[in-house]
Amino acid sequence: MKRPARLAWQALLLVALLALGGLLVATTAGHLQERGIRSGFDFLLEPAGFALGESPLSFEAGDSTLRAFAAGLLNTLRVALPGALLAIVIGVVVGFGRLGENPLVRALAGVFVNGVRNVPLLLHLLAWYFILTDLLPAADAALRLAPGVFLSKSGLALPWWSEAGWELPEPAGFGIDGGARLTPEYLALLIGLSTYSAAYIAETLRGAVEALPPGQRLSALALGMTPRQAFVLVLLPQAWRAALPPVTSQLLNLFKNASLAVAIGYPDLVSVAGTSLNQTGRAIECLLIVIGVYLLLSLLAAALSHRLERRSLRGMAR
Amino acid sequence: MRSLIALRRALFGDPLNAALSLLTLTALALALPPLVDWALIKARFIPDVTACEALDGQGACWGVVTEKARFILLGRYPTEQGWRPALAAGLIAGSWLAAALGWLHGRTLITALVVLPLLALPVLAGGFAGLDAVPTELWGGLPLTLLLTGIGMAGALPIGIAVAYGRRSPLPLLRGLLTAYVELARGIPLVAALFVASFLLPLFFPGDLAPDMLWRVLIAIVLFAAAYLSEIIRGGLQAFPEGQCSAAAALGFSPWQVQRWIVLPQVLRHVAPSLANSAIALFKDTSLVTIVSLYELTGALGLALSGDAQWRPFYLEAWLFIAAIYWLGCVLLARISRRLAQA
Repeated sequence: MKRPARLAWQALLLVALLALGGLLVATTAGHLQERGIRSGFDFLLEPAGFALGESPLSFEAGDSTLRAFAAGLLNTLRVALPGALLAIVIGVVVGFGRLGENPLVRALAGVFVNGVRNVPLLLHLLAWYFILTDLLPAADAALRLAPGVFLSKSGLALPWWSEAGWELPEPAGFGIDGGARLTPEYLALLIGLSTYSAAYIAETLRGAVEALPPGQRLSALALGMTPRQAFVLVLLPQAWRAALPPVTSQLLNLFKNASLAVAIGYPDLVSVAGTSLNQTGRAIECLLIVIGVYLLLSLLAAALSHRLERRSLRGMAR
Repeated sequence: MRSLIALRRALFGDPLNAALSLLTLTALALALPPLVDWALIKARFIPDVTACEALDGQGACWGVVTEKARFILLGRYPTEQGWRPALAAGLIAGSWLAAALGWLHGRTLITALVVLPLLALPVLAGGFAGLDAVPTELWGGLPLTLLLTGIGMAGALPIGIAVAYGRRSPLPLLRGLLTAYVELARGIPLVAALFVASFLLPLFFPGDLAPDMLWRVLIAIVLFAAAYLSEIIRGGLQAFPEGQCSAAAALGFSPWQVQRWIVLPQVLRHVAPSLANSAIALFKDTSLVTIVSLYELTGALGLALSGDAQWRPFYLEAWLFIAAIYWLGCVLLARISRRLAQA
């Protein structure tokens, strides 16, 4: 295409876009006026008027909506970061299991990967939530997993550091007192997210190792390495580089999938936005915040993985 | 005999392996008998609540599946018209089955995968030839899951192709816009996109012209999936050898003809397995529409049991039924993916 033609087409595109944009803004403004909804972000500073099931920040209904969003974001991170760590650990273990020479372990890992990956994540979460809230005993008959660790319908109680030193939870009356408590919503989301992503990470790892040219393993064996040495010293370092980009995208998915919290009532960012949206009717503003935060975090993750990739590539050149 | 020796070596060849084998065998020995006991030996297969309650959780109550199957599979669709959602589901699932078993090839295969979901639409909607019109709020269960997947993919593919080509256009403005769209759609979770469809889209349509929830959700799903598909196709276009285009041009093909007859067919065939993997992801993701109150399989499961205090304790059995359906769907689609990779 010649330069004038290119400019003309782009001008046309711009005009069409502006016209469409103007039309959308006008229609939307009309609807909002009709329903008596004001727009703007001022509602963020007003009292939220709803409570959160749990929050790492102290939060009461009288606190500002902004604080509710912050608590929601922290709740998302609070489940996504440990979830990512768990996913990597489980994924690597299962992936090694699938690559190993023990047929029993291989079969078991295969059942895990295929069983987990072929069922939607939402279904996983619903099952874990049902198990944690309906099948477990009530708090006054909590299961004692270890000294100071109790599991019941009201969640997992753990020893926690307080000013007076380590504080062990103790059964007291109808519940459990002291220590830290993880709610069933949090636990269901954590277990569901990490096992689901782990299955994908395991499969990625297996694919990366199996995609290596067979000569690599054979020549390592010819040099006198045992199969295990060949795997750890020759195959794994190369496969790791190939697996890095897909694994980071899996972890990014885990972070996005944390938004399924809505379905089981864990107050993550998206679910806080949903509640606030229903309270104030400021749909555009609430959703813009969600989209903005997710885009920002995706960009951050992309930059981070790019640096990681560059670092590992530099290792290869040497 | 030789295989037995090989098995012994594989299981107990060295200390680490032997330890792993013993560990798994112990775990299986501990877990399997109670599982079989629960699922088969102590289980009840008839839909009888009192008999199931008498089990006290010691055995599975598969009766819940027979009792609730109709509702879970077909949702709130009017009972006396049950054949219509069943036919709609059959049309779409049939096209998948035919593709997975290799009964259809090439153009007929693509046509079947695109046209049959579209055919399911009028069957469900009705309003012609003496069929009662059924509003979309009442659609649900398996046909809705299959419909969202089928139409979602069929709608996303052409848009994905167009976006992939648009991102190679000489117009920087167009390229920038499309890049922004793709990054936006891939950066946000589907739940957020569904919220946009549910709460924002109605504001964008003048007057009362906003389509109902099903169509809004379909718009969101199509645009969401199209962004992922466009990246797959763009990758395929980038990997396409330049020489073929020059050769075709030398034979007198116009640039348009080169793309239509030389590039696109090969690229689509090349990326077909990845496209099928996206279909699997979409199939599973359709479960999220329950969050904006469309009752496909997952939503219908909740609807069937959450309000029924008698049957609710047997949620896990009904859950396993749904999970098995999803599992089967994923396996079918994965087979199609493998078949497309060989073709």
